[in-house]
Amino acid sequence: MTTAVSFKQVSRHFGSVRAVDAVDLDIAPGEFFAMLGPSGSGKTTCLRLIAGFEQPTAGSISIFGERAEGVPPYRRNVNTVFQDYALFPHLNVLDNVAYGLMVKRVGKAERHKAAEEALSLVRLPGYGARRPGQLSGGQRQRVALARALVNQPKVLLLDEPLGALDLKLRENMQEELKSLQKALGITFVFVTHDQGEALSMADRVAVFNDGKIMQIGTPEDIYQRPSTRFVADFVGSSNVLPPDFVQRYSGQRRWGSLRPESIRVGRAASGEGVAARVVSTNYLGATTRLALDADGLKLHAIVPAGTALPAEGEAVVLTFNRESLHLMDEPA
Amino acid sequence: MRSDRGQSAPLGLKIAAACGLLFLHLPILLIFVYAFTTEEKSFVWPPPGLTTQWFAVTWNRPDVWQALSLSVRVAAISTAIALVLGTLCAAAVSRTKFFGRETISLLVILPIALPGIITGIALRSAFSLADIPFSFWTIVLGHATFCVVVVYNNAVARFRRTSGSMIEASMDLGADGFQTFRHVVLPNIATALLAGGVLAFALSFDEVIVTTFTAGQQQTVPIWMLEELIRPRQRPVTNVVAMVVVLVTLLPILFAYYLTRDGDQIAGSGK
Repeated sequence: MTTAVSFKQVSRHFGSVRAVDAVDLDIAPGEFFAMLGPSGSGKTTCLRLIAGFEQPTAGSISIFGERAEGVPPYRRNVNTVFQDYALFPHLNVLDNVAYGLMVKRVGKAERHKAAEEALSLVRLPGYGARRPGQLSGGQRQRVALARALVNQPKVLLLDEPLGALDLKLRENMQEELKSLQKALGITFVFVTHDQGEALSMADRVAVFNDGKIMQIGTPEDIYQRPSTRFVADFVGSSNVLPPDFVQRYSGQRRWGSLRPESIRVGRAASGEGVAARVVSTNYLGATTRLALDADGLKLHAIVPAGTALPAEGEAVVLTFNRESLHLMDEPA
Repeated sequence: MRSDRGQSAPLGLKIAAACGLLFLHLPILLIFVYAFTTEEKSFVWPPPGLTTQWFAVTWNRPDVWQALSLSVRVAAISTAIALVLGTLCAAAVSRTKFFGRETISLLVILPIALPGIITGIALRSAFSLADIPFSFWTIVLGHATFCVVVVYNNAVARFRRTSGSMIEASMDLGADGFQTFRHVVLPNIATALLAGGVLAFALSFDEVIVTTFTAGQQQTVPIWMLEELIRPRQRPVTNVVAMVVVLVTLLPILFAYYLTRDGDQIAGSGK
């Protein structure tokens, strides 16, 4: 079976900066794939390598079995939704969407018909005559999506497409993108620094740091079984536990991770567990986040609303199920 | 108090402003009035009589037509050169990073910052060193040095305001370099180029100093006017030509101003 996008030992160096460093990656056809990482971690450079805006310093890239090195962006069957949408301000919405067909010399009637269909697909029918400047951020995002989809790409690249939208709109677009991807069956490669977004939308997630992939897996893998301290901390701010601490509970000297929601907080007199002191409480609506100090070890716990909360500075006892303590691959 | 909206400025300030504006513009009106005077040897105030005969006289003077034709050709060709070089240079400076970029940007702007007399002397000595005889093309070269600056400045400002990802988007959608230039870059910088070109044309049209150093025996309109002032013969003809020059340069500059102002609105509407 061919892979949609395949990276073999791909590096992209800018001078002495290793933006992407020996990355191996296989994205399956029809997959919704997220590249997650902090800014400067190399995820956007990876996207630009697929689009053809960057060429690898070393390694090889193939897209549906075809070698991609040296192929310019305009000869790749890949389209991008840009972070700033990059709509053409001098063209109306319909001509923006039809642009890809226009440069491929598709006749006017035919390309406008295809553009109308693409606009209906992103739920903007009848917006063709407007200028990009007259649209809201969310609408521009949909136009950018339609403009990419009208070319029927084999791979659709999305560069932080939801970053500029407000929370409510972002949640709607997340669902919409996901159902669109299911309906079209196109491979989506999605770059984001928002772990919630990556976990909720993607079939698989690659976590980037310093130009390298730290872990690739399903959202559940990444969240429940992080392989390194970085992944545990970056994805959902897990508690990273040092080897000494982990040894006491599992018998193995390994780095461990414990999700904040797995920690139960009890009164100091209530029995055995890790003795800790409450540093601060942070009300989040459905939950409350507690910052704790267990003899110098900083921990976070999340307790659901309605639980009796300890006061700040109060001594408490922490308990957790042995199974929820995950041992990481990273050597001690 | 003074900054309150709707509050009128004090009378003294209004008078001072009016005097300043009059001082700037009354002399220009005088030039226009002298174009209609009946006295041809010297300018006397008030004009002893009014006549429109000088328009006919000007029309029939071949030296006026020669100067006018030379000026228009020089301005047109200098502007054309400036449009090509200025746009290319602006694109390079604003789109890419390369060694010496800031230096090039400074060197391009330098001719307009330098006094014209320095540019003129430098060009003249360079031409004689290289044994290039003075001709139409030496004038064009001299004018192109400062015309490029105007186009460059306009184009650079517009390039900075256009999002770089637009070009990538065009390539991503299947357009090659030429198609991207034709369908995306050019429409976005067109008004800036038109404004820059019009300004360059106007600058070239009334340039004196660089021209005196780079022209041989040929006379552009401003040089011709200088000569006329020394030889008192049919003096009001100079004034008629002056009126034409004011109109020919003022209208394009107003047009250019209108275009760039409009462009700002277009750029600002993307918020």
